Amino acid sequence: MLSPDSIELADMAARWRSAYVHIPFCRRRCPYCDFAVVAPGDPHADDLAGLTQRYLAALHAEIDIQSEVDNGLAGESLDAINLGGGTPSSIGATAIGEIVEHLDSRFGLAPGAEVSIEANPEDVSEELVDGLLAVGVNRVSIGVQSFDDEVLRFLGRAHTAEQAGAALEMCVPRFACGVDLIFGAPGESLDSWRATVASALSVYPHHLSAYGLTVEAGTALWRAVRAGASAPDPDDQADKYEVVQAAAADANLVQYEVSNYARPGFTCRYNLSTWGQGEYVGLGVGAHGHRNAVRSRNVRSVLAYVKALEAGDLPEAGREVPVEPEMERLILGVRRSCGVDLGEWEEAAASHAGLQRLVAAGVIEIRRGRLRVLRPLLADDVAATVLSLSP
Amino acid sequence: MTDAARIRNFCIIAHIDHGKSTLADRLLEATGAIDARNMRAQMLDTMDLERERGITIKANSVSIRYTPPGGEEHLLNLIDTPGHVDFSYEVSRSLAACEGALLLVDASQGIEAQTLANAYLAIESGLEIIPVINKIDLPAADPERVAKELAGILGGSPDEIIAVSAKTGAGIDHMLDAIIEKLPAPEGDRAAPTRALVFDSYYDTYRGVVCHVRIVDGELETGDDVRFMATSMPATADEIGMHLPASQVVKKLHNGEVGYLITGIKEIDLIRVGDTVTSAKHGATNALPGYSEPKPMVYSGLFPIDGDDFERLRDALDKLRLNDSSLLYRAETSRALGFGFRAGFLGLLHMEIVRERLEREYDLDLVTTAPSVEYEATTADGRILRVSSPQDLPDRGILESIAEPFVKVMIITPSDYVGTVMELVQQRRGEMGEMTYLSPTRVELHYQIPLAEIVYDFFDQLKSRTKGYASMDYEPAAYRTSDLVRVDILLNDIAVDAFSTIVHRDKAYHYGRQMATRLRELIPRQLFDVPIQAAIGGRIIARETIKAKRKDVTAKCYGGDITRKRKLLERQKEGKKRMKMVGAVEVPQEAFVSALRIDE
Repeated sequence: MLSPDSIELADMAARWRSAYVHIPFCRRRCPYCDFAVVAPGDPHADDLAGLTQRYLAALHAEIDIQSEVDNGLAGESLDAINLGGGTPSSIGATAIGEIVEHLDSRFGLAPGAEVSIEANPEDVSEELVDGLLAVGVNRVSIGVQSFDDEVLRFLGRAHTAEQAGAALEMCVPRFACGVDLIFGAPGESLDSWRATVASALSVYPHHLSAYGLTVEAGTALWRAVRAGASAPDPDDQADKYEVVQAAAADANLVQYEVSNYARPGFTCRYNLSTWGQGEYVGLGVGAHGHRNAVRSRNVRSVLAYVKALEAGDLPEAGREVPVEPEMERLILGVRRSCGVDLGEWEEAAASHAGLQRLVAAGVIEIRRGRLRVLRPLLADDVAATVLSLSP
Repeated sequence: MTDAARIRNFCIIAHIDHGKSTLADRLLEATGAIDARNMRAQMLDTMDLERERGITIKANSVSIRYTPPGGEEHLLNLIDTPGHVDFSYEVSRSLAACEGALLLVDASQGIEAQTLANAYLAIESGLEIIPVINKIDLPAADPERVAKELAGILGGSPDEIIAVSAKTGAGIDHMLDAIIEKLPAPEGDRAAPTRALVFDSYYDTYRGVVCHVRIVDGELETGDDVRFMATSMPATADEIGMHLPASQVVKKLHNGEVGYLITGIKEIDLIRVGDTVTSAKHGATNALPGYSEPKPMVYSGLFPIDGDDFERLRDALDKLRLNDSSLLYRAETSRALGFGFRAGFLGLLHMEIVRERLEREYDLDLVTTAPSVEYEATTADGRILRVSSPQDLPDRGILESIAEPFVKVMIITPSDYVGTVMELVQQRRGEMGEMTYLSPTRVELHYQIPLAEIVYDFFDQLKSRTKGYASMDYEPAAYRTSDLVRVDILLNDIAVDAFSTIVHRDKAYHYGRQMATRLRELIPRQLFDVPIQAAIGGRIIARETIKAKRKDVTAKCYGGDITRKRKLLERQKEGKKRMKMVGAVEVPQEAFVSALRIDE
């Protein structure tokens, strides 16, 4: 079994092919979220059930079209399917099963492929668990975020800490189960965060993601901060990051990326593949794809998405070919614990003042042509410095 | 050729905004020198900046033919004068070209300090003064009060003072009569060797240096071989002409006349304002009096924000200097700011104008270091060094004393603000001199103040504390020894030369504290703790710490949006590019600019 932070695994992941499927529907809109999301009360969302049906039809149409596109993934089997959102669990196991089956029939699923969905605690029931298992889902990430009800309220979540605990108890024994947490919300104490991490680890999850709360432009949180509400404090977030890093290590979860920890054998393939510059087909509203070295993105409006596909068109909003794919490989790769092979940039890195300063400060190490970030909290500083290797 | 008896050479002395340019326009119009339709508002102020700021930087001249009703044709030469204290030498040379001056005062505001200073200068130079009250058409005009004030200063009766409106033209004829009747005709000896005063010069891309000259003795003819006496530069009078106001070539100019001279000389340094032109053969032995070398009062470092712009900055300075021989500069290297120039200016306005022209006309982004004056440092072995850059101050070990330039300052203020003004001057280490009431409500105050204290926002403070009513003028006084120290700012134990300054010991702590606090806010957190210290010699007087940066990472990559991630990183990379390394500390250029900004 390869360790989650091994170079071999990361190199394999770079060759994996995935499908990302975006399910935009949510019970409510979280104030910090800037994903393409549809929630009750949105314009054009009066008939959510009807819209969901139209959306799923469009999604199936997109699977048909994308699987015909003769570039990269067509005819090749998928190593991972990831249903993200939004709240994929909100559409129910049957609809999820239809998507998985359709992807299987069109692209094919490799043996042992990861079939993963994100689920919110309030959606998790024995019935859902049975249903998901029946349609081939083998991995679930539970959007727990916190075990502190006050923090959950601040984050605008629809569930309680108790519901989160119950969902994990149902899922951990039956899936490769991940816990998703958010730290650093204003008002969250260090003790609250310690308790959240302890609760999350107490169920022995297979995987743990811990994300610092980020203020994204245009969100309700962003408007509040702009109006004077307190913003997440970077030093507080750094403290909390160190808390989860230490606790995860104690629980034998191996950190393999800035925000992700896994038991051996349970890394999230789709995640590791993304940072390994792997290829994936992006399906659904606002989804991003990377096929044959072309990066594309779908429209962000559900109506525009549905209408495009109803007219038989691809719902693409834009595409580009990265100018320097090798440089892209580097700046993505630095986020992994195993680091990244500097390749053609090795010599330049050895004489680059900025990188050498980072080495001297103990932020990175460069050994045998491989750059590894030792302090992942500074990974963006490292990536920006790596970028400056190219003029 | 006009008989000297029918020539009047005069200038207009006025405060900014008191209507000098409008009055000049009206004169041109009234005498038919230019018709109203072809008139560009404010004909004389040609530089964009002059027009914008309503001030005259370069002196121009214009010759006007005018025939009074029932009289003979006269030639009126209006010689424009710069309106700012920074250019007092240029003012004195313009005055030397005239026999008279119109003292123009706003009917609602009364006389201002600079105007009064220039009026005194004109009187000392033997000029006949015609006081003129302008803007009598304004609702707030109070010509009687202003007339009384002027009569009090100049003598004579308030009733004799001419009141005009340059805007409507009222009273202009009356003023023209006064120019002809009251101002003396030029004297001078036509038979004597030629002596012409250069009272201004400018650089023309095609013609080279064009000088404005006033013929004092003899005559100047096209083709004459001439010599500039101060620089001993020989030249040929390629072209001679007059501004009417359009240039008109003439064969010769004789004593009393004013015009221009083109010699083909390209280097402005060789033709200096105040120099005397004479004939190459049988020339004058004595130059006209009053010439002096330009002497900078204020110094500042000019550094391009983008180090690659150094050569462009050099070219731009060279070009500006073609038109402004008072601008002095030499290359200077700063550990913090890289390659740049130490430049000397006649004053703060001059400095600001140069900086603005560099940024606007030459599209340069500059860091300007804090303005400094020229100190005299005496070393233990008795040597005296002139120090215009804090970096050049000798080590404390061998430094005996430091002397700084003082200036004589004249302030005119409404009497209500005397207390406020005194308070400001005291804060600036000023010493009170005479105090004179110009009228029951207006006071003339005299002080001696260290120049270094007024180059720092003194004028702005004076204006804001007196609601804009006070005006000031200053002239150099002697050097005096003061208790001065150099404050260094250390970033991570390395002194940042750009922030070093020489200040009075009493103010050192404040400067150090302020700079350390500002820098802590302006410099982004680094990978390690960065101490910021202010020090006098080895003694630390203030300390701040920029705590190490702990987090610089975005949590996740939404929906696989690598493109956005890359754009964010590209932006961060561009930000890094704009950083200057001070030792191991990355300092954004903006931090230098903001920390050195005076107005905060």
